[in-house]
Amino acid sequence: MNFEFSADQMQLKDIARKFLEKEESVKRARNVLEGEASYDEDLWSQIIEMGFTATAIPEEYGGLGLGYLELCVIAEELGRSLAPTPFSSSVYLASEAIINFGDESQKQSYLPGLASGEKIGAFAHSETNTSPTEANISCSFSGGTLSGTKIAVADGDVANTFIVTANNGSGVGLYLVDSTADGIEIEPQTTLDPSRSHASIAFSNTPATELKSDWSDVLSLLDRAAVLFSFEQLGGAEACMDMAKEYAMGRYAFGRSIASFQAIKHKLADMFIAVELARSNCYYGAWALSTNAPELPTAAATCRVSASQAFHECSKENIQTHGGMGFTWEFDCHLYYRRCRQLAANIGSQSIWKDKLIGSLERANQI
Amino acid sequence: MDFNDTPEEAKFRKEAYEWLASNAELKEGPKDSWRASSEEEGLKQVKVWQKKLHEGGWACLHWPKTYGGRESTPIERVIWGQEVSKFKVPGGYLEIGQGMAGPVMMMYATEEQKERYLPPLATGEEIWCQLFSEPAAGSDVAGIKTKAELDGDTWTINGQKVWTSGAHFSDYGILVTRSDPSAPKHKGLTFFFVDMKSPGIEVKPIKQISGGANFNEVYFTDVKIPDSQRLGAVGDGWKVSLTTLMNERLAVGDASGPDFEEAFSLARGQDLNGKLAIENDSVREKLADWYCQQSGLKYAKYRNISALSRGETPGPQSSITKIVSGNKLQEIANFGLDMLDSAGILRTDEEGAEQSMYQYGFYGAAGIRIAGGTDEILKNIISEQVLGMPQDMRADKGLPFNEIPTGNK
Repeated sequence: MNFEFSADQMQLKDIARKFLEKEESVKRARNVLEGEASYDEDLWSQIIEMGFTATAIPEEYGGLGLGYLELCVIAEELGRSLAPTPFSSSVYLASEAIINFGDESQKQSYLPGLASGEKIGAFAHSETNTSPTEANISCSFSGGTLSGTKIAVADGDVANTFIVTANNGSGVGLYLVDSTADGIEIEPQTTLDPSRSHASIAFSNTPATELKSDWSDVLSLLDRAAVLFSFEQLGGAEACMDMAKEYAMGRYAFGRSIASFQAIKHKLADMFIAVELARSNCYYGAWALSTNAPELPTAAATCRVSASQAFHECSKENIQTHGGMGFTWEFDCHLYYRRCRQLAANIGSQSIWKDKLIGSLERANQI
Repeated sequence: MDFNDTPEEAKFRKEAYEWLASNAELKEGPKDSWRASSEEEGLKQVKVWQKKLHEGGWACLHWPKTYGGRESTPIERVIWGQEVSKFKVPGGYLEIGQGMAGPVMMMYATEEQKERYLPPLATGEEIWCQLFSEPAAGSDVAGIKTKAELDGDTWTINGQKVWTSGAHFSDYGILVTRSDPSAPKHKGLTFFFVDMKSPGIEVKPIKQISGGANFNEVYFTDVKIPDSQRLGAVGDGWKVSLTTLMNERLAVGDASGPDFEEAFSLARGQDLNGKLAIENDSVREKLADWYCQQSGLKYAKYRNISALSRGETPGPQSSITKIVSGNKLQEIANFGLDMLDSAGILRTDEEGAEQSMYQYGFYGAAGIRIAGGTDEILKNIISEQVLGMPQDMRADKGLPFNEIPTGNK
């Protein structure tokens, strides 16, 4: 049995971690949160230089042609360090949509730019404050143009390539739109996590091209992305656990380190349990993604639910362990608390993923 | 990343499977298992099977060959466990002897004693029990009071042990006692092994909340033990105990009982408010949580096995198994009974009835969350030994044992 990342993959993880620490990624997330910029352009260009955006893109389209296991370890470190860049939108969603559903000419026109960072992709899916379904998506495609409005599009204000879900009259699929096309109105939206920019996008007879896809492909894209988002959530969860422990060890109350109180120790043990369950499930997701296993829908939902739970548990209890200091703007706890919400919202709610998980198990095991 | 054996592992697996296939019966399904009609019958069958294992070279896999073992690597033990679980073979009765008493004898007994006592453990001829917990010493097991007094080269033991599995059919036991009540708690302990047929030992079954009796109280009244049966130095009993406590924490693993599959299949067949239970959103949400916990434990185990396969020490992920599975079992048992609505209160003893599985879980989970380290003690272990957090402040630290405050429970 070899259910572990290889030595090379662990080395890549270590490189990513040290790079993001050296570049003070968490501090940069705070700067984006407090400043005017939508993302940290300098960190983004360094991430591109490191080759991270090209990781899973095939070599014939300008990528490195490594695998998804490599992308998973990078994702974990980006999550740990709250990297304020459009990485997840561009790599886990837009690049994946084109790799999996693009035709040869779409791959040739878009993938080299996404690999080199010249293009930034975003996924425009949500329309209202309810979970998008094939029945309720009202964005429409006909005669080569797309119309309708998408909201809460992560990186929508900085992307130049959009992957949009729309109905062509016979069902919902994925469409490609360039931000320079006619009839696009992009409006930045304020969010609970300003370290990651979001926008609403209105399309009005906007020229678009079809990616060969239907609703099941939309779901499959979300499954693939879910594994990678889960690794970001795992990294964030572990960072919160480490912060909480570090703070508790040095904080004294009643004449002793608060880390010696069982109330705090058991809280940390609960975080550890959540992180270990999430990590093990994430490895399962990584295996399924990297081998294109038929179990992918189950594995993706499992790691998504587990990692969302772990990050939620750890980010809120990290604030709690810090006491009043955890509630201050000055401490970093809230950066993780915000990012936890952003990642949980980005590709659909916990209840939906739980429902998907049971649905996939029902399908896998028909009576 | 894959789930495949190395060539050596595949070879070992094949050898194990082939031996099992020609000596035991394959299970008909994953839930098919060996069951004995009575404890007496079970013990008899276990001894016969263990003798067969020993003759085939499959007893006490990691023990030295001299004492009846096979000198297998940790990964070979895991593979053996996976293969043996496919067969309907007798189990139980021997774990404490082979898993806890054996290792402590190997570390502290004389060569002559090892040659006398270890081989019958491997062949299943002799059964051992562990005499640690006391009425006033559970989680704080170092707080035991059973008195050991030395006169010449004979010790006299007086006191009471509790929660002793299998004491009533054991031949020998490992015993921790207090030899110096004026020393601090952890310093005044001394460790022995004892012949369970010694005069002055009285074994009484404990009736559990389930009505069953799997454990005992063991009373010691002027029991004589020769000093030659002392393991470790006088006053070093805590150090010796830790050897077996570590083994116990590894041995008490997954809680057995209804799991996700059973709850899932129940929900797909059970009516709830005019629809199938599986169509109820609150049911789906619970099932998803249990699936994620079960899957997390499964893949944590695979990570452990992978570490063993590489010849490395597994990470701390195994320390979460019992906490997660014990609590999951308790919730699933409650769910299974809740699905029966008002009828969920009715007791059935019918063998194999779905309801009885959840009833068993209802009682069993309450015990599993306590046995072999309570949830709370395990969380202390995780926070102290895995995360490196400090110990709680102790009111009894450094005090002579006989000056430590005691309550009335």
